[in-house]
Amino acid sequence: MPTDVQIKCRNLWKVFGADPKGFLHRHNGAPTAEALADEGYIGAVQDVSFDVHQGEILIIMGLSGSGKSTLIRCITRLNDPTSGEMEYEGRDLLKLSERDLIDMRRHKMGMVFQNFGLLPHRDVLENVAFPLEVQGIARPERIERAKAMIELVGLSGRESYFPRELSGGQQQRVGIARSLAIEPDIWFLDEPFSALDPLIRAEMQDEFIRLQSLLHKTIVFITHDFEEATKLADRIGIMKDGRMVQLATPEELVLNPADDYVAEFAKNAPRERIVSVGAIMQPVAGNASGTVPMSAKIGSVAEQVLTSEHPVAVMDEGNNTIVGSIDRQTIATSIFGTRAA
Amino acid sequence: MTEATAPTATETNRGFSLAAIPLWAQFAAIIIFGVLLSLVWDGATRWPEAWTVPMAAWITEFIEWLKSEATIFGVEFKEITRGIGAALKAPVKWAEYLLYRGFKGIGLGPLPWVAVAAGVTIFAHWVGGRRLALLCVLTMIYLATFNLWKDSMKTMTIVIVAVPMAALLGVVLGIWVTRSQTASRIISPMFDLMQATPHMAYLAPVAALFAFGPVTALIATVIFAMPPMARCTILGLQTVSSDVLEAGQMSGCTKRQLLWKVALPSSKRTLMLGLNQVVMQTLAMVVIASIAGATGLGHKLLYSLQQLRLGVAIEQGIAISLIAIVLDRLTQAYAYKETDHFAATKTWTQRHKHMLLFLGILVVSYIAAEYWRWVKIPPSKFVWGTGDAKTVLFDAKLLARHADQAIRDFNVVAFDYINPIRDWVTIWILLPVRDFFLWLPWPVFVGVIGLAAWRLGGLSVLLLCLALMFSFIVTGFWVETMKTTYLVLIAAALCVMIGVPLGIWAARSERVANIIMPICDTLQTFPSFIYLIPAIMLFRIGDFANIFAILPYATVPAIRYTYLGLKRIPPVTIEAAIANGATRMQRLFKVELPVALPEIMLGLNQTIMMALAMTAITALIGSTDLGQEVVRSISTQNFGRGILAGFFIAALGIIADRLIGSWAAERKRQLGVA
Repeated sequence: MPTDVQIKCRNLWKVFGADPKGFLHRHNGAPTAEALADEGYIGAVQDVSFDVHQGEILIIMGLSGSGKSTLIRCITRLNDPTSGEMEYEGRDLLKLSERDLIDMRRHKMGMVFQNFGLLPHRDVLENVAFPLEVQGIARPERIERAKAMIELVGLSGRESYFPRELSGGQQQRVGIARSLAIEPDIWFLDEPFSALDPLIRAEMQDEFIRLQSLLHKTIVFITHDFEEATKLADRIGIMKDGRMVQLATPEELVLNPADDYVAEFAKNAPRERIVSVGAIMQPVAGNASGTVPMSAKIGSVAEQVLTSEHPVAVMDEGNNTIVGSIDRQTIATSIFGTRAA
Repeated sequence: MTEATAPTATETNRGFSLAAIPLWAQFAAIIIFGVLLSLVWDGATRWPEAWTVPMAAWITEFIEWLKSEATIFGVEFKEITRGIGAALKAPVKWAEYLLYRGFKGIGLGPLPWVAVAAGVTIFAHWVGGRRLALLCVLTMIYLATFNLWKDSMKTMTIVIVAVPMAALLGVVLGIWVTRSQTASRIISPMFDLMQATPHMAYLAPVAALFAFGPVTALIATVIFAMPPMARCTILGLQTVSSDVLEAGQMSGCTKRQLLWKVALPSSKRTLMLGLNQVVMQTLAMVVIASIAGATGLGHKLLYSLQQLRLGVAIEQGIAISLIAIVLDRLTQAYAYKETDHFAATKTWTQRHKHMLLFLGILVVSYIAAEYWRWVKIPPSKFVWGTGDAKTVLFDAKLLARHADQAIRDFNVVAFDYINPIRDWVTIWILLPVRDFFLWLPWPVFVGVIGLAAWRLGGLSVLLLCLALMFSFIVTGFWVETMKTTYLVLIAAALCVMIGVPLGIWAARSERVANIIMPICDTLQTFPSFIYLIPAIMLFRIGDFANIFAILPYATVPAIRYTYLGLKRIPPVTIEAAIANGATRMQRLFKVELPVALPEIMLGLNQTIMMALAMTAITALIGSTDLGQEVVRSISTQNFGRGILAGFFIAALGIIADRLIGSWAAERKRQLGVA
């Protein structure tokens, strides 16, 4: 991907136990699962390396206990990793002083929490203005900026409400507004919609997409919901038992799962919305009728292809050339085939 | 083959262990040994004079030395205490000016009683609505009509100074404990000891260092009322949700901002409940501190009791109880008060109407007080008309006299019935039990408690109990300690006999619970001093009266823990018993009580603690045990004995706590309900 690397993580370990540093040291920085179990240590994050690129939505996915929450807390240094390297735009994150870290949180990072983490004694306006307040911005300015954020998330008119007077969805809107108030470069979201009802969750996901289309932030997003991940992500990192099993685009995960674990997740994924025509097309066919764009998701062309007796030609929109074809059979197996099997 | 199956004689001997002997035999052996020892050695009955450590005298001498000669960093110790005393006198003085003396220097009177009454009522309406406001109005009218206003204000003087100090100190210590391992290691056990120490015991050491007077009362009150605030602060800070804390961190808070802007405000409710406890403890202590120089209702009540002016005592007791209830409800309502947003249409005046109303009344009443005395101080007499046509509509003193007379008359009649009961119980139950405890050779006591401690809690509990027991044996406090033990054990037994059935009843019937539980709440609200009044009224003085005073106070935990223990049994367990065909009685005795027993025992533990605290207070109306040593030490200036006696009451509490606590913990573990 030809974009700048914003966050770089290399060989991150987060081990819980009596003496995590000593333990890692004894095992040359790479203990086996047996060693962890034998000595009663828990490897919440194990040897994880990845980059976050500028402007992308990177979703980290895994079941509860897979280490995804610990990982995001390592990157934000809410929990310091036991070993490994982390860089933010080339700066060593782990060598930041307390002061520099606070500075970075005040100006570069925003975070949204699963249970909102709103301050119960402050109203909406004061909650959103809180990050501005702690960095010492004068009251008129922070009120103005907070109001703009509240408008952005669609809560205008509720500025004087207290968190307990709001619904879950509204509370998370406050959480989002607060995290954006400092105009962060990188936005962390830790299961932001998991505590919400399914209907509200879908609404908030759309809201999130709308916001991102306005803001173009670099985003690290944690979820345990594969569908949510495929809906929002540019890339998905799947975690299991503290390890990053596979980091790829949703399409790659579905078409080429690294192992059975990933395949299990991908099995129930809405392929029609993930897989693009180009990924499953066949060679150019002579009897093709009509065309579909190569980058289109198969769901959007399914009707056209399924109702056509002949294969449909696939067009590369970049240079308007026919690069392949697609027929009913291919579409059908792509969407339903593996599930039937 | 033979070697494996038939152990040799030596192996059998090596396998011998104490655990092989049945427990009853171990206890029997210890008791027999102790009794036999007492037959051949006088020292087992009474600790030999020659071996007695004159600890009390040493402490008294040490205090004398502190007060006369000691210097710390070149400053004389007595200067330090004098300085602290002077520093604390200032806020007390200001509070006195405000509440009942008036600011003589600038010619401004004290808060007119109308303003105080209105202020309390308006605050009550703001935090708790009409019902609470009504309660406050009635209380204020009561205090005014029974001529108790000024004494109430005197009591409140120390309350309003002590509460902020205790609260602040508690919050600071609480924060310190959550931030520092060392502080936690030092302070937490201190709180345990302080919780086991009865109110009374705080007075002796403070009175030793500071002169008799309101400052001593203030200091003892602050120390006594502070631990619950610290505990609530610790609890509050430890239970702030991690999301809130992390949100604070990610917002870029420094450590200090995280504490002051995030953690503390988020735990407001827990802190406010801590404040509620501080207020209640303060009031309870202030009325007792009358023996160390606090003026006000407690002082007057003590005087009335000692003079056997029971009608007046009841009026004063009701006043203290009403104040306690009002303070409790107000602080609770404040703790649970939720801030709502204001509709944008509301004006500033509408938002602050309570405050504005109070300020208005304050100004008006100050002006009116210049012209009408009854605005300033509640009138003790309402008189209608002038000259010969004067009719006295109401006279508080007369009312008190009538009440007094009525109680006397009642007592004369009632005594004929009550006296024989009291005497019978005293002669046939109390005295034999007391004589038994006084006869008891100390090796038997030490052996039985020690064995129990060892079996229940292992070596550490054994060593702790031994140290505590020998502390009162070798210092020559055996007799007093046994008297306290006897009173507390009898009282606790009665509390259990009354409380456990009530708890069971409440657990079985919602309707009963709705009656009993609020009564329990209210009983715990009253300062323990109050319970002396009915005891002395019905039974005069003596052990019977003392035990009677302990009952209402110490039965509450027995009821409450039984109720909770039964309520917490998983429904499945009970359903299984029903499915197995158990009758209601079988269910109770074979399933519910055994499962709830650890909880009930923790209730017993609390009952013992409260009974210990109360025995010390009964010393005010006459007793001969440890509590009396505490009270007497303050008037005789023999502080060593008072301090030790207070410590030994705490020691008894700690012994009971460790034994019962260890048992309950182990039993809960076995039942899998820990």
